[in-house]
Amino acid sequence: MLSRDQVLHVARLARLELTDDEVERYSGELSKVLDYIEKIEELDLTDVEPTSHVVDVENALRADEPRPSWPRDAVLEAAPDPSDGGFRVPSPGAG
Amino acid sequence: MSDILALTAAQAAERVHAGDLERGELWRFYRDRARADDLNAFTWVCDGDDPEAIDVSGPLGGVPIGIKDLFATEGVPSQAGSKILEGYKPPYTATAVRRLMEAGAPVVAKTNQDEFAMGSSTENSAYGPTLNPWDRARVPGGSSGGSAAAVAAGTVPWSIGTDTGGSIRQPAALCGIVGLKPTYGAISRYGMIAFASSLDQAGPFTRDTTDAALLLGAMAAPDPCDSTSLGLPEPVRLPTATDLKGIRLGVPEELTGEGIEPGVLAAFNETLDRARELGATVETMQLPHAPHGLSAYYLIAPAECSSNLARYDGVRYGMRADGKDLLSMYTQTREQGFGNEVKRRVLIGTYALSSGYYDAYYGRAQKVRTLIANDFKRAWERFDFVVSPTAPGVAFELGAKTADPLAMYLNDFCTVPMSLAGIPAISIPNGLSDGLPVGFQIAGPAFSENRILDAAHALEQSIGFDGSSAYA
Repeated sequence: MLSRDQVLHVARLARLELTDDEVERYSGELSKVLDYIEKIEELDLTDVEPTSHVVDVENALRADEPRPSWPRDAVLEAAPDPSDGGFRVPSPGAG
Repeated sequence: MSDILALTAAQAAERVHAGDLERGELWRFYRDRARADDLNAFTWVCDGDDPEAIDVSGPLGGVPIGIKDLFATEGVPSQAGSKILEGYKPPYTATAVRRLMEAGAPVVAKTNQDEFAMGSSTENSAYGPTLNPWDRARVPGGSSGGSAAAVAAGTVPWSIGTDTGGSIRQPAALCGIVGLKPTYGAISRYGMIAFASSLDQAGPFTRDTTDAALLLGAMAAPDPCDSTSLGLPEPVRLPTATDLKGIRLGVPEELTGEGIEPGVLAAFNETLDRARELGATVETMQLPHAPHGLSAYYLIAPAECSSNLARYDGVRYGMRADGKDLLSMYTQTREQGFGNEVKRRVLIGTYALSSGYYDAYYGRAQKVRTLIANDFKRAWERFDFVVSPTAPGVAFELGAKTADPLAMYLNDFCTVPMSLAGIPAISIPNGLSDGLPVGFQIAGPAFSENRILDAAHALEQSIGFDGSSAYA
């Protein structure tokens, strides 16, 4: 069971500002999902290697040659608040 | 029915190549059909003329294509079904899409999807749900529901989507068309807006297996922009097989028992009989860890998504919410920009990766993934393919599962094990149950796409499914 406090803690880690209703709802919904997921605790996993990548590949390397990157203007065009050739953000603040 | 509508994409390409069909006529026909779409299958439709930069002498012959919203397409809205990317027009094009264009397919539309590909019904799109052309009160499946519904409704002749745990195969099954998830790494992920990077794979939606082979052949290639891309070891062949002589089919008990609707199971068993008539041997077998696939998947995919979606912070692209300082701008942007399912998965994933829980959740899930991959490796010692129903049921009614995340997740029960193992699998139309399409899934070892397509072709000829009532 995920408590209110746990949901709030995880939301802080995930940079999500949840409403009170959401905290309530997710605490119930996520507990149900975790109960199901925890079925994997039944398995004996001693001596089993974890898989992080399914296909056997060595490191794929390419020649380290300089090439043009995207034009700055094209990239900044998609930004919510471009300014002086960069991304403007609110002040980190007094916090 | 119009002549053009009756053609498969391969047939249309053939006519263009032979000079019997004018490229501009083909373009206008599908552009206008896509513009008249009433299933909410699209997030964007081109309003321009035939893009002349596309060389129609290529294998895809100028046949217009629909692209799942999450593929970055230069100058075209690419929003991954999310409000947080509303209006985002990328400065570049995904490798898979670029290769399709180079092979002669002009992009006519972007297709609707569950937000960031998280969902099995396309109801999680910030741009509204897509309807199933077989029954508009029902979902088309998901997450690539727009791609599947559009092909089934004939508003595009073919399309592409992505499959992380079933997001190509399940909607293909629910819409009565062909959907192929290739081997992990066959197609570059560059420019695919990421959900779960160790699972995401692009693939085609088509009316038949020949069209699927054409699209796979155009897209599969190693790409310097994706270090996990491998391409395929041999060129993709157009499938020709008409029998299954000597083919050994394994039927996993775990994916064909409890939880599968009776009508779906009946259609599956009928096709096993067809396979026997075509010369295959059919034997029951076990994938002992497959039932744990869903648990492992719903830890691994959310864990990876919580990391991938950290980039949406209102700084470089997409929407930004007001905040009194930098931190509250981040948290407000994400609160307002993400929908419910995305928040749920980000929370589960962050929890599973958080201090004190990593070993118990993510670490265990990765070990279960090994066990599932080993189950399949053992299967290939005795069988050429593993076959099952694609989804446990037919298309469900809109809203039927939105209040119960777990019920929604169970849709992926038969498709998730292959995703975790990184192996290719196809869903082909397998008739109707209560008037709604059912899918038949064929999975094979890594890089066995040519053999899978051949087996699927032989069964497709034998099943003789006619999907024209959804588009005519």
